[in-house]
Amino acid sequence: MIATHDQHPGSPLPPKEGHVSTGRLERVLREGKFAVTAELAPPDSALAEDVYERARMFDGYVDGMNATDGSGAHCHMSSVAMCALLTNVGYSPVLQISCRDKNRIAIQGDVLGAAALGVSNILCLSGDGVQVGDHPEAKPVFDLDSMSLLEMIRIMRDESRFLSGRPITTPPQIFLGAAENPSAPPFDFRPHRLAKKIAAGAQFIQTQYVFDIEHLRAFMAKSRDLGLLEQCFIIPGVGPLASARTALWIRNNVPGIHIPDAIIERLEGAKEPKKEGRKICVELIQQIREIGGVSGVHVMAYRQEEAVGEIIQQSGVLDGRVPWFPGCEVQSNSA
Amino acid sequence: MYKFRQWSVRNSRKLEGLYRNFEPVLIKLHPLFKKLGYGRLEKPVRVIEKAVKGLMFDCQMCGKCALSATGMSCPMNCPKSIRNGPCGGVRLNGHCEIKPEMRCVWVDAWQGSQQMRDSQAIQQVQIPVNNLLKGSSSWLRVVRNEYAARENEAAE
Repeated sequence: MIATHDQHPGSPLPPKEGHVSTGRLERVLREGKFAVTAELAPPDSALAEDVYERARMFDGYVDGMNATDGSGAHCHMSSVAMCALLTNVGYSPVLQISCRDKNRIAIQGDVLGAAALGVSNILCLSGDGVQVGDHPEAKPVFDLDSMSLLEMIRIMRDESRFLSGRPITTPPQIFLGAAENPSAPPFDFRPHRLAKKIAAGAQFIQTQYVFDIEHLRAFMAKSRDLGLLEQCFIIPGVGPLASARTALWIRNNVPGIHIPDAIIERLEGAKEPKKEGRKICVELIQQIREIGGVSGVHVMAYRQEEAVGEIIQQSGVLDGRVPWFPGCEVQSNSA
Repeated sequence: MYKFRQWSVRNSRKLEGLYRNFEPVLIKLHPLFKKLGYGRLEKPVRVIEKAVKGLMFDCQMCGKCALSATGMSCPMNCPKSIRNGPCGGVRLNGHCEIKPEMRCVWVDAWQGSQQMRDSQAIQQVQIPVNNLLKGSSSWLRVVRNEYAARENEAAE
């Protein structure tokens, strides 16, 4: 598998039976390995090296990195451009597409372009409202939502046509992902909504931050009862909290992230809260791994990206496996 | 109006029954509509539909009414106009992340849908809105589509 990268790191892997993409993330998941992905914060600059510098921090620890699309409705380098830079040296990015800023014409163009640049994974999101960002006066687009976005890309891939019906000569080979939040109401509808996302085309799910493990357990149990876990890879989201103050701020200001009191109390009582936050994250990953049907973990270490490697290593979820990275030595156990 | 909209969700089952009786009446009126001309009827029907549904659901006249599949909670009142909600930003009290004073239209939709006879309709994936239909009457479209389908069947 690694051999093709000797010619050019960005070259696609050879196609594989039963796979929709030639990407590394899909391979790791379909091989039944515990996958690790991480969120890559886009720079507020026009310098390619800024992207590479951030990506290198994850070398050897992740099977894919998510290039966010104006997350929090803030302006940053575009996710398509970041992915182009990353695939050029062989990384396996997950292109995040939000419905907030682009209509169906722009998005379909981006999907073709991204696939041509070597992007194999797309995460379909509705996106945050413009109101929470740095340009609250901007026009919110929301021509599609995460569900219709999934369906649109699935149609492009599987039926080789645009939403309008016009044919696509070479369809994009995309492994399709979506988000879910086990910690947001209405709790009993969430697993059903997951079923809708699978019906629309979702093959993997990366969730919002999970701090309340019981919410995730309940979500997974119901999803299993609905028979969804055989149809989709579930990758719960985690991240380290820097302090009790940060945790409280997130809980009060970022809707959809539920942080239980017990975690805030632990951070309050800790001598080194930052270290404690990372420890909590490691413990959460280990607890998540024990839940049946979970296929990996997605680390979102906002402003603590340098801690991702350490967190993954301490959690032990890679079982000695070293995910591919540019310049790594060819190892028989690397994927 | 927000209060009426909340009432409609609470009474989703009654409204579902009401519409089930209303739709066949509309469809029966097709010969009359055809005689008068759908084009000529569009404007007055649109005005009535907008007044009734605007009052009861804060209807935005998207042209592709989904109320029967969304527990009588209009998805176009979602600040992100999500047709397949709810998003991940719903607050723990069930309110909207963008408009904290408003209950999430999809929390309402789920609640309303579970009271309805067709409680499974909310499981359908809704296709994106056709912006060409914005502002037009979905009642007249239901009748025309029904007749087009019947004619197609007859032709086959």
